[in-house]
Amino acid sequence: MEQLGWLAIGGRVAVQFLPVWAAMALVFAVSIRWKRRLGLYGRVFDSRVGTLGFALVLFWGLTALFADLIVTHDPFAQVSQMRNAPPGTPLPDPAGRYEVFLLGGDSIARDVFSRAVMGAREVLRIAPFAAMISFMIGIALGLPAGYFGGKLDTGLTFLANLVLAFPVILLFFLLVAPDIQETMLPVTMAGVLFVVPILFLTVLLNARFFTRPAQRNLYVGAVLVLGVWAWSGLVFNADPLGIWGMSPNILNVFVAVVFVNAPTVFRIVRGLTLDIRTRDYVAAAQTRGEGPWYIMMWEILPNARGPLIVDFCLRIGYTTILLGTLGFFGLGVSPESPDWGSTINDGRRLLTIHPHAALVPAFSLMSLVLGLNLLADGLREESLKD
Amino acid sequence: MLWFLLRRTGVMLLTALCLTFVVFALTNMPAKLETLAKTQAGSRISDAEVASWLERNGYGQPMLRRYGEWLGVVPGWRRVDSDGQMTGRCYRLAAAGATETVPTRCGLLQGHFGTSTRFRAPVAEVISDRLGATGMLMLWVVIVMVPMALVVGVLAGMREGSRTDRSLSTFAIASTATPEYVSGVFFIALLASSTVGVSPLLNSWGVIDSPVLFQGNARSAMEQITFWNFALPVMTIALFGMGYIARITRASMAEVMTRQYIRTARLKGARFSVIVLRHALRNALIAPFTVIMLQIPWLLNGVVVVEVLFSYPGFGWALFEAAMNNDIELLLAASVVAVIVVLLTQLISDVGYAYLNPRIRVA
Repeated sequence: MEQLGWLAIGGRVAVQFLPVWAAMALVFAVSIRWKRRLGLYGRVFDSRVGTLGFALVLFWGLTALFADLIVTHDPFAQVSQMRNAPPGTPLPDPAGRYEVFLLGGDSIARDVFSRAVMGAREVLRIAPFAAMISFMIGIALGLPAGYFGGKLDTGLTFLANLVLAFPVILLFFLLVAPDIQETMLPVTMAGVLFVVPILFLTVLLNARFFTRPAQRNLYVGAVLVLGVWAWSGLVFNADPLGIWGMSPNILNVFVAVVFVNAPTVFRIVRGLTLDIRTRDYVAAAQTRGEGPWYIMMWEILPNARGPLIVDFCLRIGYTTILLGTLGFFGLGVSPESPDWGSTINDGRRLLTIHPHAALVPAFSLMSLVLGLNLLADGLREESLKD
Repeated sequence: MLWFLLRRTGVMLLTALCLTFVVFALTNMPAKLETLAKTQAGSRISDAEVASWLERNGYGQPMLRRYGEWLGVVPGWRRVDSDGQMTGRCYRLAAAGATETVPTRCGLLQGHFGTSTRFRAPVAEVISDRLGATGMLMLWVVIVMVPMALVVGVLAGMREGSRTDRSLSTFAIASTATPEYVSGVFFIALLASSTVGVSPLLNSWGVIDSPVLFQGNARSAMEQITFWNFALPVMTIALFGMGYIARITRASMAEVMTRQYIRTARLKGARFSVIVLRHALRNALIAPFTVIMLQIPWLLNGVVVVEVLFSYPGFGWALFEAAMNNDIELLLAASVVAVIVVLLTQLISDVGYAYLNPRIRVA
């Protein structure tokens, strides 16, 4: 087989992504058809920037989902004679494998294309969930700090500023390391941090349904059972059924990223709460005799959703950048891992001679973060319209 | 105002104390101390030898006591060596031979930052050398980043919704989506590679004599800074930082342009350039000022990435090396420097904000 030209490479890459194109077409057709009924999500399609951002995010989300169908080679397999092969190099001896390295080979002869695709899965397995946990912690602490004020507010704000004064990179260097993983520190931190979402959901549901004990017991019970199950699996790797689980590496990274992000969310939520607390509908609820947690969770929080949704998109992007930074310094990930940060780090040694191995993950990471930022911009624009 | 400054200084000291304690605790975990012993005394030593090395070098005491020693509120450890020589924390810092003038306490309060185990030199020396190099980098970053961001933001915000606004805003978003390790890779591949990008092209046309246009390695900038060895690191940091400032400037400018006094100026027939430069600009720059000050500590992240990527031996590079070798006293000093930078910029931004905006009074 001949060395492929750029056009042929582009065509073959597009063919590999077929499941993604099909799913994207479906999502777009359905969303645009019923966009008037889909609320804020539907209105994203009214803004060109928002649509473009959503398309990029959807592309990478679906790529992560269908990664097994898209990859051409095993992302960990080394193929002889393919070291630093330029894009479009055919395999010397395909023997039933896909016959080309579409985007070339890296310094130890693995397929760059397959690694970038699998990297999307690695990144999207952590970033959205880390952002979500950070949000739950930020909300659960920011609402009472803004609503009650006083000593609680002073204390929590001091703690948040303490973490924010810490240079992120120094914290990562100190906290994400193999010798830290051997200690109890990440597990303890995860134990504390991951309890907050369970408490958050329990309080959220209890505040709403405590007048109807039957319903309340059902919902809160379900949250507690599921929560404790997931908690024991994620934190202690002690899930009896083995569905929830996280390797010590990932747990360490997860804890560090959540720890860095939560204080910023806390400050945003606290600021919003201070603002919304003075509104008439809050005063009305207080006069009605609603409890403080009901007011926070069901009066203030829903009215703060616009800025929070926008920030959530930005935060996923920022988390992706942080994960890339960790990978770039080789922290907390296994050396084999195909995540984008580590592949950029691997590729940078030969950057001036064989740049493709670093450029492909760099471009992937940039496009995902760009998509999230554009989506956030579109959402902000649309949510300001009403 | 005085009370405000005093209170801020108090909070600053408390924060610095808490943070250094956290760094101290994290670097002094048993596993990390073992790593330190192995990097210092050889990687194949046995557990018993590790324990005795730690004991001999003063790491055997309780952690709080050692934190006190580092701060300089507790007397430094000392003991008599097997050959009858006195040794201890403060003996190593004092000049050789001058044993009778050795102070009892030697820590931060006495002005001793300790000794770097990675660079085998006093920490104060390492930090001041490296900070000088990074200061040069940061100076150029600020010189490039701030005017660029302000121009982009003002141009985008003066006519909200126009085509200029759309394209400049998208550029700003794209720049915030490109972290340093991505843009650095792009820049090196495009401009500093002898096989791809523009350099081989320019070389074959005879425009440049050297094989590459820009240097992908900034180590030579330590002796002499030239455009060709310093432009890429500076651009890499500036690009990521500028997007955010540009967006804040744009929002602030767009808001000012809807004010009554701008309408008045328009109605009295002032030219658009006069309105922008004389009426709008000053009021629109209050918000970006705060953001620029708060952005400076965030640049530290980028500084570490860029200094490692372009192998420029500055503060960020030293921080990376210290972290990889668990160089406790250098890490502590670095965190002190970082905390001071963070809190000082916060203070300057608050005071400056109150100064620029007479409607805000500092209580």
